[in-house]
Amino acid sequence: MPRINSFAELEKLREEIKTKRDPNKPCISVSSGTCGRASGSESVYEGLQSQLEAQALKGEIDLKRTGCLGFCERAPLVMIYPEETYYTKVKPEDAAEIVQSVKEKKIIERLLYSDPVTGEKIVRESDIPFYKNQQRIVSGPNRWIDPKNIGDYLYIGGYSALSKVLSQMTPDQVLGEIKKADLRGRGGGGFPAGRKWEETKNALGEPKYVIVNCDEGDPGAYMDRSLMEGNPHSVIEGLVIGAYAIGSHEGFVYVRQEYPLAVENLNVALEQAEEYGFLGENILGSGFNFHVKVHRGAGSFVSGESSALMTAIEGKAGEPRMKYVHMSQRGYKEKPSCLNNVETWAAVPFIINKGSDWFNSIGTEGSKGTKIFSLVGKVNNTGLVEVPMGMTLRQIIYDIGGGIPKGRKFKGVQTGGPSGGIISERYLDTPIDFDELTKIGSMMGSGGMIVMDEDTCMVDMARYFINFCCEESCGKCIPCREGLRVLSGILTDICEGEGKEEELQTLERIAEVMKDASLCALGATAANPVLTTLRYFRDEYEAHIKDKRCPAKVCKNLITYYIDPEKCQACMICLRNCPTGAIQGGKNLVHWIEQEKCIKCGICYQVCPERFDAVEKLSGEPVPAPVPGREVVRKKE
Amino acid sequence: MIGISGIVSKIVDKYQEDRGMLIQILLDVQSGLGWLPKEVLTEVGKQLGVPLTRVYQVATYYKVFSLAPRGRHLVRVCMGTACQVRGSPLIRDRVQQLLGIEPGETSSDMKFSFETVNCLGCCAMGPMMTVDDGYHGHLTIPDVEEALEKYK
Repeated sequence: MPRINSFAELEKLREEIKTKRDPNKPCISVSSGTCGRASGSESVYEGLQSQLEAQALKGEIDLKRTGCLGFCERAPLVMIYPEETYYTKVKPEDAAEIVQSVKEKKIIERLLYSDPVTGEKIVRESDIPFYKNQQRIVSGPNRWIDPKNIGDYLYIGGYSALSKVLSQMTPDQVLGEIKKADLRGRGGGGFPAGRKWEETKNALGEPKYVIVNCDEGDPGAYMDRSLMEGNPHSVIEGLVIGAYAIGSHEGFVYVRQEYPLAVENLNVALEQAEEYGFLGENILGSGFNFHVKVHRGAGSFVSGESSALMTAIEGKAGEPRMKYVHMSQRGYKEKPSCLNNVETWAAVPFIINKGSDWFNSIGTEGSKGTKIFSLVGKVNNTGLVEVPMGMTLRQIIYDIGGGIPKGRKFKGVQTGGPSGGIISERYLDTPIDFDELTKIGSMMGSGGMIVMDEDTCMVDMARYFINFCCEESCGKCIPCREGLRVLSGILTDICEGEGKEEELQTLERIAEVMKDASLCALGATAANPVLTTLRYFRDEYEAHIKDKRCPAKVCKNLITYYIDPEKCQACMICLRNCPTGAIQGGKNLVHWIEQEKCIKCGICYQVCPERFDAVEKLSGEPVPAPVPGREVVRKKE
Repeated sequence: MIGISGIVSKIVDKYQEDRGMLIQILLDVQSGLGWLPKEVLTEVGKQLGVPLTRVYQVATYYKVFSLAPRGRHLVRVCMGTACQVRGSPLIRDRVQQLLGIEPGETSSDMKFSFETVNCLGCCAMGPMMTVDDGYHGHLTIPDVEEALEKYK
């Protein structure tokens, strides 16, 4: 492919691609993000491929891999175009039937999504409640695009925003548009992107750098992975537009090595963009030059912090520094550097194409546009959801997420990663945006939304986040390094039933000091999970300390496994699976646990057939004495 | 037979001897060798003109790097928040019990190395574990034994 040298050539190429493609030609697409692949989408793809060959339909039906469609719980997902028929949990064995049905224009009922409430089968993606209540703008194109094929991106209008910017707008006009759009950074703090761009642009010093942060370290958030894997060109396009506005000619993409597919697709996309002339010298014949390098992160959470990330791409240990001088003044190699998150960069082409007024029409007063959340944990429809800012937690968790599995009770939702907090039920109707979340003690972060039910112990969760930060703290400043260690010790004591009441105050005091005196945001916000759980779930802390009871029955030291002799049907399953031989009894004899041998691994609890439901967890109550040799009382079927 | 200096120089050349690419170079070397022997760190430092102390600082700062040989199979249990609320600590304990090693260790027969990771980004499918390149999602505790059996 020869480089595109002008805006007219780009449009000509786009027309060519469009005339070559028949929009009515059937196409089978397989959702092939990491989630999809982890559930076996590759073998589904291969199955479909060999079926198309076997049925001699290769010329009549297209087959492609796309990025993640978001409904990861139901992966592997297959979509049939142009009808947009949506198949869930597809297996390689279904390939022959799918190919046959596409040929005959039929629908395979059993692979359709069925509404868990009404039982109704839903054919089209857009009619499924999970999607119906979303507004997929940034993540939407994922379903049309094979990320390794730049032609797909061009077909849906890709790089038209870049072309518009370079041909019709001055850098100041671009900057003005982003500022007017009031685009706030999607990576955590919600700092206005336009202001960051302007500061970098006006800062003294050359060269200037632009950087994509794809170090998505927040556990429980994976929207950046999905965008980078599924639509890398949108990120690249946004970055080049930003570089043009700022006056930068060199950029970096920092991506976690834990995301191998994202690294792979990004590298392919960069090569193609260079080949087509969207990167490199004299982009689209405009005279503007821009080059990008990829840096893989090597597994360090704090390196996702802007100053640490820039140190990391200098090839050093990615430790943060004080930020009284902004990175926009002195960042990478002490030069003005503008860093934004993947989702922020990916929103830029949309704003340029549709205008800031359009972007402003979505969202709330202080937070415009849409946000992608990773809705995970104890919720029925787990996956990535994109909604306008201002939607309530209840709408997201219940209308889109389909509520809590197995009829359990909602307890809380964690947002903002380790820097965020756990929000209780009474805030379910809070509209979600940057400012509202901060008000209730949490934060937006990169958009992780981890739902917790009554089986989640809040003290254990607080300990989990503190231990996480403890491991990830770079150790440079004392409040963070030592504060976290002490917090971890106290929380561990409480989880193990050794906690003292006065220590709750110590927790709060240390948290305050860390907030005021830590060097970077990791330390300053690390105690948030402790503070919010103390605020909303103090009764759980007290139960652990006073009653030696874990209400959620999670903390190993405070629970005992027990087999209810009335319910046990002596099926031998738990007995055979117990790794330490702690379960006694036998054929026709009620099983019981020899507590001295029990290591509380939880296997018996998980393997006991649901219809018997005989294994229980007890906490804070006496364990009834076992009756060895008792004969089973058979349940009447 | 291509020696350590050959392996290193090939990778260092690929990055045009750019010192800023130190981390990338170490990642590439490790993906070939499985770990970073001392001789490699010395060689990388020499060829890039970076003091060994700094190479060592980087190699010990980032979690991915291993300064000890690793087993034939790498078992990684995801400890991300979404996996955590779905019971990943019990999965970790089970792996630990079955392999007889703690996170960060390698079995004495060099068959398995065991690590926990912060998040693999497959949050919808937790609890999640990977063995080499294979993903195992929606795990229950009894599944762990079956998943590991294949690699034994």
